[in-house]
Amino acid sequence: MGAVREEATVRTQVRKAMKARERTNMAIFLGPTILIVSFFFVVPVIVDIAISFTDLGRELRITEITTKNYERTFTRDRQLPGVIARTAFYVGATLLIFNTTFGLLLALTTTAIPRTSGTFFRAVWLLPRMSPSVVYAILWTWSIHGGDTSLVNQFLINVFGFEEAIDLIQLEPMWVIIFANGFIGASFAMIILTSAIRSIPEHLYHAARCDGAGSLAVTWHITLMHLRWPLTYIFIWQTLSLLTSFEYILLITGGGPFRSTTVFAIFIFQRAFGSAGQYAYGAALAFFLIVPGVILALLLWRISKMGTLLQRPRIEVQ
Amino acid sequence: MATIEFKRISKKFGDETVIPDMNLKISDGEFVALLGPSGCGKSTTLFMLAGIYLPSGGELLFDDARVNEVEARDRNVGIVFQSYALYPHMTVSKNIAFPLRFQKTPESEIGRRVKEAAELVQVSELLDRRPEQLSGGQQQRVALARALVKNPALLLLDEPLSNLDATLRLAMRTEIKSLQERLRVTTVLVTHDQVEATTMADRIVCMCDGKIEQIGTPEDLYRRPASKFVAGFVGSPPINLFEGTVANGIVEFGDARLEITGDAGSSVAVGLRPEHLYFADSGIPATIVQHEPMGREILYVCETPLGLVRILETAAAASQSIGTSTHFRFETENTLAFDASSEKLIPRVRIRVPEK
Repeated sequence: MGAVREEATVRTQVRKAMKARERTNMAIFLGPTILIVSFFFVVPVIVDIAISFTDLGRELRITEITTKNYERTFTRDRQLPGVIARTAFYVGATLLIFNTTFGLLLALTTTAIPRTSGTFFRAVWLLPRMSPSVVYAILWTWSIHGGDTSLVNQFLINVFGFEEAIDLIQLEPMWVIIFANGFIGASFAMIILTSAIRSIPEHLYHAARCDGAGSLAVTWHITLMHLRWPLTYIFIWQTLSLLTSFEYILLITGGGPFRSTTVFAIFIFQRAFGSAGQYAYGAALAFFLIVPGVILALLLWRISKMGTLLQRPRIEVQ
Repeated sequence: MATIEFKRISKKFGDETVIPDMNLKISDGEFVALLGPSGCGKSTTLFMLAGIYLPSGGELLFDDARVNEVEARDRNVGIVFQSYALYPHMTVSKNIAFPLRFQKTPESEIGRRVKEAAELVQVSELLDRRPEQLSGGQQQRVALARALVKNPALLLLDEPLSNLDATLRLAMRTEIKSLQERLRVTTVLVTHDQVEATTMADRIVCMCDGKIEQIGTPEDLYRRPASKFVAGFVGSPPINLFEGTVANGIVEFGDARLEITGDAGSSVAVGLRPEHLYFADSGIPATIVQHEPMGREILYVCETPLGLVRILETAAAASQSIGTSTHFRFETENTLAFDASSEKLIPRVRIRVPEK
C-alpha cells in the first residue's frame, strides 16, 4: 500500500512540474510577441479610442468627454469624401497594377529565365525596398522635378526632343505616388510568388506539356492555379499596407499639390499634427483605419487557415 | 499505335553525357521495360520519348518520322509519372478531360470519352472528387485514365508502381499488363524493380551508366544474361558471383577448385543462381550461417570455400539448422561464366563440381 501511495505522490509531483514547465515555456516563447503586440497595437488602439472621445488639442488639455469628433467626420468635414475617393483610387491602382499584377509578372519572368539572371533582376527590384525611405524619396524627387536637370526631363528633352521641361508632380501627382509606392510594393509579391512558383512540382509542368498544353495554357492551368492562395494573401496584406502608407507620399508630394495626393493616412496626419493640431479629431479619423485593418487581419486568419495550422498534430512524434 | 526507333541517340546535360550512344527499336504494340539502377539514364530516355528532353544527337523516329524537335504536346504521348502528377485543383473528371481540351474535342464527346476512360480503369464513382481525396492506388488509376483518354500512340510509365504498397502493386501490375494487352498500345515502362519488368514487359532493355547492357525477353535476361551486371541485376535473390583463375580445365578460387569446360580466358567470374543450388551428401562443403524463411522457400546463407553462398530451397520448413556442416551441388547446364575483365558472358563455358 505504501509503495502505491508513494507512486501516486511522485506522479502528482511530475504532473505539477510538467504544468509549471508548460507555463514557463509559454512565457518564453509567446511573451515577447504578446508584449510587442500589446505595447504597439492594443495599447495605442485603446489610447486612440479614448482620445477620440475628448477635445484634446495642441494645448494638451482635456476639457470635455464628447462624441462631436465622430459627428464631425460624418457631417461637417467637407474634405473627407474627396480623401476617401482618392484613397480608394490610390490603393486600388497601386494594388492592381503594381503590388499584384506587376509583382506576378516579375515572379513569372524571373523564374522563366536562367537562374542567375533571374536572381539578378529580383535583386534589382529589391533595391528600393532596402534603401531608406528618405533616400528613396529624394531619388524620386531628383528624377522627376520640374527643372531641366531632372532625369526624366533630360530624357524627354535630349532623347525625345521635348521643347521644355515638364513637372510630373504638378501634372500627374497621383500617378507619381502610385509609381513610387508600386515600385516598392511589387517586390513583396515578387518574392512570395517566386517561392510559390518554385514549389510547384516539376512533374505537373511535364504532365501538362504531354497533355497538349502550350506555354500560355501551362501558365494558366498550372502556375496561376497554384498561386491563387498566395495572391489572395498578397492582395489582403498589401491593401492593409497601402491604406496606411504614408511616408513616401509625405516626402515626395507632401499630400499636394492642392491636396491632390492627400490620402487617408496623410489626411489624419495633417488634421492631427498639421497647423490645426486637432489630436482628438485625428484620433477619431484613425479609428476608421483601425476597423478595416482588424477586419482584413481576421479575414487573413480565415483564408490562411491559421486555425488548422495551430491544431495539435494528429500523429505522435515519439 | 507507333513504332519507335532510337538511332545513335545521345543526351548531354552541360558537359555531362547521360546517354552516350543508344540504338533501340520498339515494335508497334510492344510492351518494353527500361530496367536499371537509379542514375542509369532510363528516365532520361523516357523523357526524350515524351519530348520533355530533346536529344543532343542522333535521330528519334516515331513511325519512321523524325521527332527530335517535335514538342511534347504534339507527340500524342500519354505518360504516367511516379508521383502521378494529377492537377490538384481539378476534379478527377477534369483531370481526365484535360488532354482532350487541347485536341479541340467537342464537349459532348469529352464527356463520353472521360466516362469510357474512367470505366476502363474503374474510377467511375470517383469523378467528382479531388486528387487529395483519393488513395495512392486511386490516384494511379486516374493518372492512367488521363494518359489513355486521348488514345495515345505511345504510353509511357515512369516507375508507376513504386509509390504503392506491396499488395496493391501486385494487383496494379496485372491490371496494367492486361490493359496494355487489350489496347495494344506501344508502351515503355521505366523501373528499377526487376520483378516489375519481368512480369509485365514483352522485352526488357537492361541499362547501366547510360548504355544498353542487354535487350531481350525476361527469359533471355534470366537464362542468358549478356554481362555480369545483368546477371546480378535480374533474378531474386541475386546470383552468387565468384572470381577465379583458370588453368588446365580447372578454375581456382583460393582454396576451392571447380572444373571448367569450354574456351574461357585466364580469369573468369562464375555465376550460380541460388535456386539452382541444392544440398547433397557430397560436393562443395558448406556451413549454414543463416536461414531466411520466405514463405514457400527458404534462403540459406552458407560459408563455403568459395565465400558466402546463397542457396534457395523450396520447402516450408528449414531442413538445415544453423551451424550444420553439409555440402551443396549444382547442375552443369545451370552455370554461367563471365570474362573477368570485360564482364561479358562467355558462351558455352560451363562449370562442374569435381568428382573425387
